[in-house]
Amino acid sequence: MAESPEHEGAAAPPPRRRTAGRRSGPPGGGWGSRLPGGGWGGRPPGGGWGALALALPAWLVLGVFFLLPLALMLGVSGAERGVYGGLRPVADLAAYLRSGAFLASYRQTLQALYLGIAWRSLWMAALTTGLCVAIGFPAAYALALHAPPRRKGLLLGLVVVPLWTSFLIRTYAWMFILRSEGLLNHLLLGAGLASRPLPMLYTGGAVIVGLVYGELPFMILPLYAALERLDRTLLEAAADLGAGRAAVVRRVTVPLALPGLVAGVVLVFVPSLGQFVVSDLLGGAHTMLLGNLIQNQFAVARNQPFGAALAFELTAAVLLLLAAGARLGAGRAAGAAGAGAGAAGKAANEASASGQPQRSWELL
Amino acid sequence: MTHPPHPPRWPRALLAAHTAAVYLFLYLPIAVLMAFSFNRARQTAAWEGFTLSWYGEMLRDERLLGAVRNSLVIAALATVLATVIGTMAALAFAPAGSRPRRGRGATEVLLLLPVILPEVVLGAALLTLFGAWRLRLSLATVLIAHVVFSISYVALVVRARLAGLDPALAEAARDLGAGSWEVFRRITLPLALPGIAAGALLVFTLSIDDYVVTSFVAGAGATTLPLYVYSLLKAGVTPEINAVSTALLAVTVALIAAAHRLLRHEPGSAG
Repeated sequence: MAESPEHEGAAAPPPRRRTAGRRSGPPGGGWGSRLPGGGWGGRPPGGGWGALALALPAWLVLGVFFLLPLALMLGVSGAERGVYGGLRPVADLAAYLRSGAFLASYRQTLQALYLGIAWRSLWMAALTTGLCVAIGFPAAYALALHAPPRRKGLLLGLVVVPLWTSFLIRTYAWMFILRSEGLLNHLLLGAGLASRPLPMLYTGGAVIVGLVYGELPFMILPLYAALERLDRTLLEAAADLGAGRAAVVRRVTVPLALPGLVAGVVLVFVPSLGQFVVSDLLGGAHTMLLGNLIQNQFAVARNQPFGAALAFELTAAVLLLLAAGARLGAGRAAGAAGAGAGAAGKAANEASASGQPQRSWELL
Repeated sequence: MTHPPHPPRWPRALLAAHTAAVYLFLYLPIAVLMAFSFNRARQTAAWEGFTLSWYGEMLRDERLLGAVRNSLVIAALATVLATVIGTMAALAFAPAGSRPRRGRGATEVLLLLPVILPEVVLGAALLTLFGAWRLRLSLATVLIAHVVFSISYVALVVRARLAGLDPALAEAARDLGAGSWEVFRRITLPLALPGIAAGALLVFTLSIDDYVVTSFVAGAGATTLPLYVYSLLKAGVTPEINAVSTALLAVTVALIAAAHRLLRHEPGSAG
């Protein structure tokens, strides 16, 4: 075996007792691995097969209930909808493929109506992201550079706590505030600022408010992490060299915070794009987003091929965005967002650190 | 002559005001919701006096209680299953810094995908699978779905924790004659425990709060709390929802506080 334990270095203490460098892996399996070299991977009993045995349950569960469903859905997206909502059986697969009929659902997604919905999803997600940056950046800046060190933990914890509370209820809070008989209208009427209740709920504006409300912490946390690590002497140096306040921010602070910014943008934009709860509860008939459209195809319209095609297009868009984000610099910068979680963790304890439901991809 | 203050700052007062407004934005809606759960008025947002009657109504709501039971059972089972499976997957990873192993990337991607994918896509895919198998949608399908989206979170959190540990400790134990099982049980596991606990807590909250995926895979009679709350929200705003929300928020905050206390004394953070 070429592997010499001595070269593993301090990070991975060489296995001393047994099975040094023995290879293990499933027959022909591409993912077969050497032993966890005795470091923190630990070497629970099982010797060379330990690593395989450890990851096996995850592979089984995710293989059967994650990869297989996706593959099935890919197949469904190429099928034709049956008369009663099921799938129409295909008699001759080769002929079916040659005819190009399997692309019918994807072609359908290009109709003006659906392109309109996709476009609306995109710009609503973009607007949400923009607002989150505008609101979140100054707040993160103040937290990272101005907050008294003793208060930082508490202040950061207060940004994290909403993430642990029910998303539905946080959305509902805005229904309660914005509806015609709601609090805001009550106050406006009481103050004489409106003569009759303003329609605020079930509008695009309400959806944006709900999205920004739900996503804002995901922008603040990575920005905070990036700004917190920023070397302050650079700011002083810039000032000493004659840069004005605005110039320092524009030419030093923002570029240095870029990884955090990119991470925040991705963390906010991606979930906003696939959203359907907020738009369903706070939006009206004219604020249908991609998420609603997909959900509709499965729950109401019973057009699974079309829904599946839309789902894969959404997935493709998300993957493209993530790739772009990684390329733009979130990538190796310790996954600025990961650091975000880390920073939050120091403050709001480890549990909260990881407490970013749905966003742990930052460990990418 | 005076130098500009170091480092140059935004007007502090303005920033402070903005930050205060941000906190107000984050917390005011929730506070309003809680306050109005004690309001006597049924239809309007006018304050008509203090009452606890909505809480009484909530506690008499059989369907709500059934949904809470379902959610607790699902969350508990999902937490156990996902924590075990996810922790095992995390342990299978190489220690940070060692040479990458073949296949490690594949497992990494496998664990990341469920986190990256929009929930709506995961829900639709699982529904497609259960449909193809002609599986009756039930609490079991909900449990499967929750375990699927939770494994990754546990694995990622525990892995981060493991990566942050000092490998010298395990090495020392081995030098002192501990076998691999002993090292695992007496060194690795105790040190990883805060990460495992954090992962478990995360699964519990994700499971008990999940609406999107659950809405796809829950059949009749498998109503979880979020599904029930959602149906109430679609039916219209009632003070009872305020009471339910307040109770839920109180429980959540209590849980976080408890977890915070439990984990606080652990040295180091894997974040």
